[in-house]
Amino acid sequence: MLVQNLAVLVLAGFVGFAVISKVPNTLHTPLMSGTNAIHGIVLLGGLVVLGLGAEGVLNKILLVIAIAFGTINVVGGFLVTDRMLGMFKDKKKDVSK
Amino acid sequence: MTWIHDEAFIQCLYIIAFALFIYGLMGLTGPHTAVRGNKIAAVGMAIAVIATLLTPGMGNWWLIVLGVAIGTVVGVPAARRVKMTAMPQMVALFNGVGGGAVALIAWVEFRDSDGFAGAPLYVVIASLFAALVGSVSFWGSNVAFGKLQEIMPGRPITVGKLQQPLNLLVALVAVALGVIVVAGGHAGWLMIGLLVAASALGVLMVLPIGGADMPVVISLLNAATGLSAAAMGLALDNTALIVAGMIVGASGSILTNLMAKAMNRSIPAIVAGGFGGNGEIAGASTNGDRAVRQTSAADAAIQLAFARQVIVVPGYGLAVAQAQHAVRQLTGLLEQKGVSVAYAIHPVAGRMPGHMNVLLAEADVPYEHLKEMDAINDEFGRSDVTLVIGANDVTNPAARTDRSSPIFGMPILNVDESRSVIVLKRSMRPGFAGVDNELYYEPRTSLLFGDAKSSVHDITEELKAL
Repeated sequence: MLVQNLAVLVLAGFVGFAVISKVPNTLHTPLMSGTNAIHGIVLLGGLVVLGLGAEGVLNKILLVIAIAFGTINVVGGFLVTDRMLGMFKDKKKDVSK
Repeated sequence: MTWIHDEAFIQCLYIIAFALFIYGLMGLTGPHTAVRGNKIAAVGMAIAVIATLLTPGMGNWWLIVLGVAIGTVVGVPAARRVKMTAMPQMVALFNGVGGGAVALIAWVEFRDSDGFAGAPLYVVIASLFAALVGSVSFWGSNVAFGKLQEIMPGRPITVGKLQQPLNLLVALVAVALGVIVVAGGHAGWLMIGLLVAASALGVLMVLPIGGADMPVVISLLNAATGLSAAAMGLALDNTALIVAGMIVGASGSILTNLMAKAMNRSIPAIVAGGFGGNGEIAGASTNGDRAVRQTSAADAAIQLAFARQVIVVPGYGLAVAQAQHAVRQLTGLLEQKGVSVAYAIHPVAGRMPGHMNVLLAEADVPYEHLKEMDAINDEFGRSDVTLVIGANDVTNPAARTDRSSPIFGMPILNVDESRSVIVLKRSMRPGFAGVDNELYYEPRTSLLFGDAKSSVHDITEELKAL
């Protein structure tokens, strides 16, 4: 299982390099915000650990905080990126009118 | 309906999810497809979350709902209300909580398994790595947020020469505690000590870094959070976490490198800190007695009104003063008078690459008026008036000519080739590189001191009165 996961890890790294290296300067801030939203995937970690039965009050409190943090990361990240990009999109529409 | 809880089905959903992440990111590489790309990635995230909730044996539903509800209630209004100028610190904050989540999960894993008793070695190492990097990212991002939000002073805060040894010592303490856990230490204080040391390291690393270098640091921490998420994925055997985390780690590294390159800084030099923002020391020696030509809003207005070609060079000062709407009003008025206006965007203008484009787009500046550095640099020779708004180092001709200058070699805008230059500036303080700008002493250059927004506003009023 470890070897398979390591293979996935390395391949994902190369995919990241390949996809991202083509981004124009203008989109760097939205891109940073977008990738920032994607690492909100840590939310899944919190869900799994809490859902599959964490014991103890402190553990549960910590996990609820972790899930809240992860949700902020995901929801906030995607919304903020959408807002930034929306301005570029509107501009295009105005131009075409 | 038992098949929806099937392990293979859930794994397939994960594969769909990360395929959507990659496809979405590909969309983010072009202005036409970017909005859709972001939405595709968001759909991927929704699928990944649903797949996780389908995992057989899930419980604690109320607590899960509680956590997600808190996160939504906090995150949505924050993302909706934040001003475009405050975007960098918002990204820092969102990044920080991601890192914090990783660290907390790793801590619970430790507590739940009685100090990783019986766990495979790689799970222990990956979890500890996630805990360490996640904590550094959380506290580092919070300090970055504090500095950009001006809750804390933006200037470097250091303990002098002891900074590097101190950081190293704290890092070694964190790693040493980790090694004890790997070797079989089960005591709860070991993990707490590791988290505390890593938190201290995050704070100590970002405190000495000046405000202007902050975008690079946020990008670096963004990559770090990605890597910690990937490590967490290894520990939890979760493909979606591994792929998404690693993609962010790779992309964040590239972005960090691009930003640092555009500023002619190396990442180690930025992390070493103490450079950005303490300009008074270097600048004071040279600008003490040299005269600059000051101008008034009325003179600037006349100069602009009778120009044929005006180039606006927006910078950090414009972002800080939130002057983008005022600038748009001014250039709109000039265009009515038949003046042709273009904007010269340096790759690192503002607080992040592309940040200036976002700000000006918000103020309805037409997309095609924004010219990138390489596209506009030859046009400065034809510019009657170049209006520099709160930009400094990116206009300094010393980067081309003075080998001894710390910014030598940095790509700059050739503002000094214009027929005349008006610089809007708050004061004679040098920019973040701490070097004096020769441009200000040129006979063709005049300076208008004051907050960028009110200066631009004054010029606009004078222009209306003409």
